[in-house]
Amino acid sequence: MKKLWNIMVVDDEEVMRESLAAWLREDGYSVDSAESGKEAIEKTKLKEYAIYFVDLKMPGGYDGIETMMEIRKTQPEASIIIVTAYATVDTAITAMKEGAQEYIVKPCNPEEISLLVSRIIKIKNLQRENSILRKKLTKQYSFCDIISKNPKMMEIFGLIKEVASLRSTVMIQGESGTGKELIARAIHFSGDRSTKPFVGVSCAALTESLLESELFGHEKGSFTGATGQKKGKFEIADGGTIFLDEIGDISPKLQLNLLRILQERNFYRVGGSEQINVDVRVIAATNKDLEDAVHQGIFPDDLFYRLNVINIHLPSLRDRKEDIPLLVHNFIEHIGPELGREVNDISEGALKILLNHNWPGNVRELENAVERAIVTCKTKVLTEDDFVFLNTHGNEKKQWSVPPELTLEEIENQAITATLQRTHGNIKEASTILGVDRSTLYDRIKKYNLPRN
Amino acid sequence: MKAIYLAPFGIIDEDVMSTLEICIWQIFGYEVKRMSNLADAVSAFDPKTEQYNSTPFLKDLIRRVPKDAEKVLGITNCDLFIPMLSFVFGHAQLNGPVAAISLARLHQKFYHLPENKNLFLHRVMKEAVHELGHTFGLIHCSDARCAMSLSNAIQQVDKKTEELCANCSILFEDINKHIRRGNGMEI
Repeated sequence: MKKLWNIMVVDDEEVMRESLAAWLREDGYSVDSAESGKEAIEKTKLKEYAIYFVDLKMPGGYDGIETMMEIRKTQPEASIIIVTAYATVDTAITAMKEGAQEYIVKPCNPEEISLLVSRIIKIKNLQRENSILRKKLTKQYSFCDIISKNPKMMEIFGLIKEVASLRSTVMIQGESGTGKELIARAIHFSGDRSTKPFVGVSCAALTESLLESELFGHEKGSFTGATGQKKGKFEIADGGTIFLDEIGDISPKLQLNLLRILQERNFYRVGGSEQINVDVRVIAATNKDLEDAVHQGIFPDDLFYRLNVINIHLPSLRDRKEDIPLLVHNFIEHIGPELGREVNDISEGALKILLNHNWPGNVRELENAVERAIVTCKTKVLTEDDFVFLNTHGNEKKQWSVPPELTLEEIENQAITATLQRTHGNIKEASTILGVDRSTLYDRIKKYNLPRN
Repeated sequence: MKAIYLAPFGIIDEDVMSTLEICIWQIFGYEVKRMSNLADAVSAFDPKTEQYNSTPFLKDLIRRVPKDAEKVLGITNCDLFIPMLSFVFGHAQLNGPVAAISLARLHQKFYHLPENKNLFLHRVMKEAVHELGHTFGLIHCSDARCAMSLSNAIQQVDKKTEELCANCSILFEDINKHIRRGNGMEI
């Protein structure tokens, strides 16, 4: 393991520099030396060193402390040992304050240096092992590019495996940025249709007529500009899967067309009279409450039930905060090389900021934040300073105030209703959140005649 | 075939010299020859610590390497140090032609204990094999019984043997093959 680690000795006195370097080489380390702080800083840009022995007093340019501070800028994980012949409490305190790992007085007892180096290398080996294990863990918690160890997400992964090879329609609900398309792709690529096309359409991006033509195709001359026949997405996806994102935004006319294709498995191109039969699995997604839209009569209930055969409700990122470290490390691993930036870790302080953020834009917002931090980051480790752009004020929870003119019972009724909605009718979870036992919650549900979901 | 030379600085006990001749021949398989006695490197003396800097000893040896020498091992009674460390049992040029060992801290009397010649000679052999091993390119070994294990204190010297462990022996054989090939010798 020793040969994996490089050590740098920085001392203006050749005899000191070379004797320590030679002694460390006998121990199997790869050792370079520099006769000045400036030379060491230059070498730091070309090669990574696990340990630096830096002499405190060096003439001209950088002294030991300044050299250490410069090295820290490019190699913050390196361990720096300040070496001096003239020990004073003040210099020792300054060295340690500025981030030196150790402070030793020369000449040292050989045992002292041996123990010091082996202790640091032991920690470095553990850190390296930790990083390898973390990567393995990410693999373990990843399913078709989706990373999570959240129990609800694990349940979803299980459901995806079960339904992947069925033809049943799937409805994916979840806030914007929770990864609805990734789930749709996971369903497609884990099932029998994986070798056939996966076609995605964003229903909100197009006007009614354009979306109709996009989905079902058109015949030549069917409308101004239709200069030739065009196949629609349903035809292109034949044998595979069509992913209809933002399904809640389609017009009533298209809702009917869609209902027909789900019932009959056939359709007509715009301006066409030939019935086209297709074998397409439909996966729909929305960030809207479609059930509510059905109740309000905005979305037809028969289409809703046709689409909602298998329902997947994706939790928001704030409901699966345990995934934030896994996701961040995964983004660092992938985005860094893509942007040509050598960033390989995140500090605990920075991770704390990310864990405390509310993430209204969910995983997509987190990914963008990490990408932005990697672009502006000046070291190999993302720190708190790289995330100052996260608007902490806008993220603070709004002060809750009691709605005026409500009775205590009405407030209780609202609190229970909201909690049951949030837990999708899960009594156990809702009673834990509300801090009452289950029997009390059942009593209140009965008392206020509340729907379970 | 080239030889390993023993270079005594000052007067070195004959038992030390003859023990080393046998031990080095047995471990490394080289003929062992003696150089005439050399004077201790006076410039190496540090009056503050009353010790000798080992680097001038090695420099002195480099100047005197005989033509037929594969390696030269200096032996001194002086207490050696290198500028960064408070003392060393020996000092070698990794992959180089010369090494030196100090006998000062190998005596029991250094630790205010009754002298034990047998123990002392074993310590001398261990340190000689260790430093010569470095000149052949061997680095410290994690096997505490191997002569190449690191000794920062006399207890660690006593724990090891004067022999190379199986791994270090294989490494030495490989290195030695290259050396002999370089010297135009048949293997």
